[in-house]
Amino acid sequence: MPDVTLSALAAQLFTGLVLGGILVLLAIGLSLIFGLMTVVNFAHGSFYMLGAYVGFFLLAYTKNFWVALVVAPLVVGTLGLVVERLLIRPLYGRSPNDPLLLTFGLSLVLVEAVKLVAGKVGLTLDPPAALAGAIDLGFMMFPAYRIFVVLVTAVVLVALWLFLEKTNVGLVVRAGSRDALMVRALGIDLGRVWLVVFGLGIAMAGLAGILAGPLRGVYAEMGFEIIIEAFVVVVVGGMGSLLGAVVAGLLIGEVVSLTTYFAPKLAEIVVFIVMAVVLLTRPSGLFGEAGRAE
Amino acid sequence: MNRRTFLSSTTATVAVLGFPAILRAQGGPLRIGFPLPLTGPFAAIAADQQRGAQLAVEELNTKGGILGRKVEVLFRDDELKPATGAQRTKELIENQNVDFVVGGLAAHVQMAINEQTKKAGRLFISISQSDEISAKPDTSPITFHEALNPTITGRAVGGWGVQNLGKRWWIVYADYAWGKQNNAVFSDVVKKAGGTVLGNTPYPLGKPEFSAHIPRIQAAKPEVLLAATPGADGVAFMKQAISFGMKKEMKIIVPLHFLFAAKEGGADLFADVYGGTNFYWELAETIPQAKRFVDAFTKKFGAPPDGYAGYGYSGILEVARGVTLAKSTDSAKVADTLRKNPTYDHYKGKQYWRACDNKSFQDLWLTKGRPQAKGEWGYFEVAGKVPADEKLERTCAEKGHA
Amino acid sequence: MIRGLLARVAAWVAAHPVLSIVAFFAALPFVVPYPSLATQMLVYGLFALGFNLLYGYTGLLSFGHAAYWGLGAYGAGIALARLGWTSLWAALALGVLSAGIGGAIVGFFALRRRGIYFAMLTLAFAQLLYFVAFHLADLTGGDDGLRGIPQLPLGLFGLSIPLSSPLAFHYFALALAALAVAGLQRVLHSPFGRVLAAIRENDDRATACGYDVTRAKLLSFVFSALITGLAGSLDALRLNVVPVEALFWSTSGQVVIMTLLGGSGTFFGPFVGAGTVLLLGDRLSLVLVDSWPIVIGTVFVMFVLFLPRGIWGTLTGGFHGH
Repeated sequence: MPDVTLSALAAQLFTGLVLGGILVLLAIGLSLIFGLMTVVNFAHGSFYMLGAYVGFFLLAYTKNFWVALVVAPLVVGTLGLVVERLLIRPLYGRSPNDPLLLTFGLSLVLVEAVKLVAGKVGLTLDPPAALAGAIDLGFMMFPAYRIFVVLVTAVVLVALWLFLEKTNVGLVVRAGSRDALMVRALGIDLGRVWLVVFGLGIAMAGLAGILAGPLRGVYAEMGFEIIIEAFVVVVVGGMGSLLGAVVAGLLIGEVVSLTTYFAPKLAEIVVFIVMAVVLLTRPSGLFGEAGRAE
Repeated sequence: MNRRTFLSSTTATVAVLGFPAILRAQGGPLRIGFPLPLTGPFAAIAADQQRGAQLAVEELNTKGGILGRKVEVLFRDDELKPATGAQRTKELIENQNVDFVVGGLAAHVQMAINEQTKKAGRLFISISQSDEISAKPDTSPITFHEALNPTITGRAVGGWGVQNLGKRWWIVYADYAWGKQNNAVFSDVVKKAGGTVLGNTPYPLGKPEFSAHIPRIQAAKPEVLLAATPGADGVAFMKQAISFGMKKEMKIIVPLHFLFAAKEGGADLFADVYGGTNFYWELAETIPQAKRFVDAFTKKFGAPPDGYAGYGYSGILEVARGVTLAKSTDSAKVADTLRKNPTYDHYKGKQYWRACDNKSFQDLWLTKGRPQAKGEWGYFEVAGKVPADEKLERTCAEKGHA
Repeated sequence: MIRGLLARVAAWVAAHPVLSIVAFFAALPFVVPYPSLATQMLVYGLFALGFNLLYGYTGLLSFGHAAYWGLGAYGAGIALARLGWTSLWAALALGVLSAGIGGAIVGFFALRRRGIYFAMLTLAFAQLLYFVAFHLADLTGGDDGLRGIPQLPLGLFGLSIPLSSPLAFHYFALALAALAVAGLQRVLHSPFGRVLAAIRENDDRATACGYDVTRAKLLSFVFSALITGLAGSLDALRLNVVPVEALFWSTSGQVVIMTLLGGSGTFFGPFVGAGTVLLLGDRLSLVLVDSWPIVIGTVFVMFVLFLPRGIWGTLTGGFHGH
């Protein structure tokens, strides 16, 4: 075990926050989509990967990171709308396993398609010059770009919260995830809400992807690695619970980060241990409601 | 679909899928199977191996083939998966009836290929780095190992580094077989040469996150930092090292340099970073055999070869040399012949097979990243040479050979 | 007319599963491009059959069947390569038993949860095993894979039968697969099989009918793991190596694809699915080096959307489907 200094510990905690932030962005989308439509979107990681690739090409074309950061999630989100309409919608009413299987197949197709288009070797996505370098936080140096990632995550979360709590569409989303039948009885077209939510969740995955690109590199399989962690976050937080996704995302981020530092051998196992323990003691996850997702 | 189209499409399908291969008569082309990861993260290195082999075959056939027979190399994608590599090798042996197998890039895939060639009695020349393939239990009389291995690279690069760069080291390594081997070998070499390893940082393979570790490494003030961080991890490590200003504070060294990685990442990434290699194309300036190889390769493919192209080229030519000398395509006879005539020189100077373990011994070089590439491909400069030496490898007894 | 013929063939196959599988796979080495491909199709078909017992017959989607495949492979492989056992039968028994015990433990925990949680728990346990095997390199060979598995002859009634030729091994594997299929056939035709069918249709109603649903699910899980473990053990003997990827989640995904493509809930479907994927992979990878995985993925998506009964289920039209 390495000797612990305060600054190393602080740096590791902050690193956990960065990882946690990216997991939260993914897990919220997964959880929203599941909560509203009981679709387990296995392709979520592939949209995350697409976000990074689209960001890379936008950056190469426009030479402007900020444009890429805004446009990439929109492009990916639009693709999400198409996928919902063409592929997911025909499966509503069938076994809940079918969307899971379909999106699993879709994730393979997307990864292979990206390899055909963009090549098999990974790409490097550079952060903008303004965020290159490290910032002196007094007790330690920390790369500016990572601080930026945490800030973006926080802003997106606040915006999402306002959307769900303060707008009419948000109200319908919340109601629809609680009791779809009742909402429909009130004469509201849930199909359109589903479309919006699916697109929104996918766009957030795309945002997570372009944010993660400069940290972890851009490669076709990047989504496979993180999707399993994102699933764990959703399950630990409670399927369909947004608060759960946030808390569990940050928790998993910190746990992984600290384990990587103190016991690298356990870093890959620890998320599953956390998940197994949570599920066996609190069967519906930390914030889940009993009886859902069965 | 009516019955007629159904039937004709069925017939077409059967024709495509093919019936069992009928054993080919002697006198047809001499066939060499070549499994390698054409897809997956190491596809660029595999493409280089493939080009080396293609050049070798072209040269052989221009000279009239081997024993009057044309040479044919059958490339198969092992997808960087051991099970796929094993299955494709079975296909090469059973369906294509190949006489020999050359290839492999990832350590674990080459061992799976080796199990199939051993079982079928086909000579296999591995061109992938691995300590195990020429040691028990993987070794066999018909298993040859053309590439360097982590022990040789580590002792050579580490020994050179501790003499030329500094005595106080820190080691960062990915926590899996290759990373652990490098950590062990380098630590040993540094200590034996009177240096110290101040500390080491293992990290999970594929999770290159060093921002919490780097301040601790900087505080220890090592003179040399070894980064055993393969593939994409290495790119991530270099970026983080640069953003924390580590390159100004210490020399950074890697076990192996790859031309394509520098081309992908840009010259800044590996600027001033030292690394080992079995071959670098600028050696053409000083070694006539290298000049012949680099010129022919560049003429055919429009870019110079990297080290793994050399392995692919040499592996095929060694099969040809063995068959020609043995006047036979029998794997056991060819293997015996190579052991009895161990010295060869295909692309960079003399190499030889050690009889006990069929391991190739060869010179290797240290290269250093240039801050700016010289021309299109001059990312490195040659910084030193370590001649072939059996002391750099484990002894026959240590590898389980009686 | 073809449809009528197919329907008759399918009816016969459904009535005589053991005989049809033996006949089909006995002829297969002479039809496909090389014998080892037939063996691979058989072994993965058996793997898919094990998975299908849980998914197609009990209605439980496991995303972690790599665990039992890998346990079977490592069990047999470690017995021969590390423990120096000299009996092929004993090694196979250790492989199958390891998978069964693994299945019992994971099943005990994972079956407390249903639906998506069940799928995620099985996945988590399999990944856990993968990382354990990855780091226990002294026992498993770690990421280099387990090597040094000798090609032992088969001891049978005092005879020693060499298995080194591809055909000999194929018929050995076929004999074991036929035994497994016969065993499964008996299980499914027993009262227990009817409990499973009731659970698949509606497990709350099955509980209300007085069945011990939890126990039946656990038994089904263990049977599934045993068959999967046999397939894994055979694969270790077939390749003489056990790569650590055997335990990776992509292996679990592969068997899901094979089963669904072939047709879940039918006896022959998993073999059809495994055979199709492997044959296409073997041939297409020669002409479409880069793009054949995308072909498989697209075909799979199309099947989920339009042909959820899979190839066999669709061809035979409604003999067994869901």
